[in-house]
Parts: sequence; structure tokens; C-alpha cells
Amino acid sequence: MNVPLTLLGLLEREPSHGYELKRDYDAYFGRGKPLPFGQVYATLGRLARDGMVEAGEAEPGAGPDRKRYAITEAGATEFETWLAEPVIPEPHLQTVLFAKVVLALMLGRQAGQYLDAQRAAHLQRMRELTELKQNGALVDALLADHGLFHLEADLRWIDMTAARLDALAQVVSRPVPEITGGSR
Amino acid sequence: MTEHTTAAGAAGRSPVLDPADCLIEAHRVVRSFGQTPALRGASVSVNAGEILAVMGPSGSGKSTLLHCLAGILAPDAGEIWFDGRRIDTMGEAERSALRRDQFGFVFQFGQLVPELTAEENIALPLLLAGVRRTAALERARPWFGRLGLDGLELRRSGELSGGQAQRVALARGLVAGPRVLFADEPTGSLDSLAGELVMNLLTAAVRDLGTTVVLVTHEPRVAAYADREVIVRDGTVNTLAAGRVGS
Repeated sequence: MNVPLTLLGLLEREPSHGYELKRDYDAYFGRGKPLPFGQVYATLGRLARDGMVEAGEAEPGAGPDRKRYAITEAGATEFETWLAEPVIPEPHLQTVLFAKVVLALMLGRQAGQYLDAQRAAHLQRMRELTELKQNGALVDALLADHGLFHLEADLRWIDMTAARLDALAQVVSRPVPEITGGSR
Repeated sequence: MTEHTTAAGAAGRSPVLDPADCLIEAHRVVRSFGQTPALRGASVSVNAGEILAVMGPSGSGKSTLLHCLAGILAPDAGEIWFDGRRIDTMGEAERSALRRDQFGFVFQFGQLVPELTAEENIALPLLLAGVRRTAALERARPWFGRLGLDGLELRRSGELSGGQAQRVALARGLVAGPRVLFADEPTGSLDSLAGELVMNLLTAAVRDLGTTVVLVTHEPRVAAYADREVIVRDGTVNTLAAGRVGS
């Protein structure tokens, strides 16, 4: 989660106090990981330094920060640019899962058993997210869906790999060809 | 899974698990179609009140296992027990009565009777069990509100969307108050949202009624509604993958 740009987006709606930003951030994006107040104000300070937000006059009253922050034109442009850019699709190459399977096969271990255990762990997590979906608000359901679809993709990979273990075992049992050409 | 080699027909009890916990049990079930083996010694138990997902690749034998557990198919070998009664040795008439009185079914393609209205389709198991038409339709009606089908009572299957038809099929599977609902890929023909609605309604209804569910699916997102899963592979139940991690 990009905290500065997310806060800029929240400020694009209307000028807000730091505690209001934290409240809305936690409600929509925190999900078990609330944003510390210190990080909110430190981020707003950096955004103000960079000309992305402006801090209003301190308002009377108790509390650490009575300033209302507003997004600047530069901040709005920065936010719009970020919003319009597609997120880089992460490769999710399953490096840990893949490494475990290959090493298990190289060492003559039961890679299938490892994949079975992983499948059970994935399904257990999917059960938890499904329960969250059934009992939570729409925001929770959409976040749970995001996790569920990714876990489902992992499971497809696990099933495909399980079906190809014999072929993969033959591949990894062969010596790796010497690397030729290229510079070192 | 614990292995036992002795049948316990004389005692009239399941040979493997305590009937107090276990409602259905298959023990080393073998079933072939011609020369093609579908089940090669599958063992599985289903606890009362749980939703058990039966997963596995295409052709692994999961639907055959469901059909054996439900008394639709008789196994070539092995034992199948339901609530302390051995069902694999029953005759077809007795199994048929068991299916009608104790089990409900939902299949991938609703398989509604096209000539009947939605309410007649839902009432069908009751009509087949000898309940009078007026009483059967009376019992069918609450299911329309329960499954979000209000206003569709008189529609025929051709006038229902896929999701609506599947909800009618779900109501038909539950209307007679079965002890066990057997669901074979109940969302297989639906898109994600319609499938999710069917699964939400299915789980809410069976939790409410205390119905045990055996749910065959190849979709992890559907299996995630279950309490537990078993994986069928090459005609056997993969017990290593069964159950919750850490349990």
C-alpha cells in the first residue's frame, strides 16, 4: 500500500485533519494493520515539504495536531498520474513453492506430500476468507475475494505441478548443462 | 484413516468409526465401469452436520464416490454405511427408498423437469413420497422467499436464469428435510457471482437445518465453503491431504 498517495487521494475529496485521514485509511485500507498516528503526521509533513499538501492554521483546542490539510494542485496532479497508471502485474513466480518442490525431488523426498500439505494450508486460508466474506461488509468481501482468487491461482499451479511431478523429477535428476558463452 | 479388515454386519454397526460422530462411511470401496476402474479402494467418512468437500481432478472418481455414498451406484467391493445401516448390500428398492426418505440431491445442471413450474419442481420429492399436492406446494412456497425466488413460482425452467434454476434445484434438494444433501458440482454451470449466491444460500440453509452435505467440486472457491475437504486421486481418497492443517 502506498501510504502517501493513498492519503493524497483521501485529501482529494476534501481537506481533512490527520485523525480523519487515519480513521478513513484504517476503515478502507488498514484491515488489521492500522496506520500509526506518527506515520500519518510524518507522511503529511513530507507531503507538505514537497508541495503536495498545504497545512492550514492550527485550530484552537487540545491534541497534538489541530491543522487541516488540503491537497495542492501539484498533489492533485501527482495523485491523478498515479491513479491512471496500471499497477505492474507482479510475476508471482512462486519461487518458494517452486524451490521446495525442485529441492524435494532432487533429494528424493516426497514432493507430492509437500504439495498436499500446501494445498490443505491454502484451502484452510480460503475457508477463513470465505467466512470473512459471509459475515463482513462489502469492503471486506471484496478484499477477501482478492485473496481468494490469488489463492485459487496458487492451487491451480499446485495441481498442475502435482500432475507433472514424475516428469519434473526426471528433469531435475539430470546434470545441469555447462553454461557456455557470455561474459563472467 | 484407520484401517479395519473385518465387516461388522452382525453387530449392525459401522466397522470403523463411532456412529455418534460418523453419519456416512465408505470403507475400501471399489467400483469399475466395464474394464475401467473408477474407485480403487476409497475410504472416507462424513460426520453428522458437516459440509464435506470432495475434490480431485477430472476423472479421479469423485462423482462415482458421491454416487456410491448416496446409494445411486452399488460398489463392486467394499462397504458403505449410513447411520448404522449398511447400504451397499441393500437391494435397489431399499436403496431407492433410502434416497427418497433420507437424501436430497443437487446436480451441476439443475435438471428441473421442464414441463413443471418452479413450485412443482420444488415440491416434486414430496409428491413422489406421497404427500398430497396442496400440502406439497404449501411446503414448497417458503423456499421462494428463503432463496430469493419470490415471484418465480409459476415459471418453467426455460423461463429461469441458470442461477435461478439452480436455486430451485437447491430448494428441491432440501424441501423434504433430508439428512444428507449430495451436491455434485452445484455451481459448475454458473458464473462466479451466481455461484457465490448459490453457495451462500446452500450453506445458510443447511446450517439452519442441520443437514449434512457431501459436496463434489473441482473449484477451490466452492470447497472453501466446506468444513473439511478430501482429495480423490486415481480412485482413492488421499488421506494425507484430508482435513485441516494442524488438526
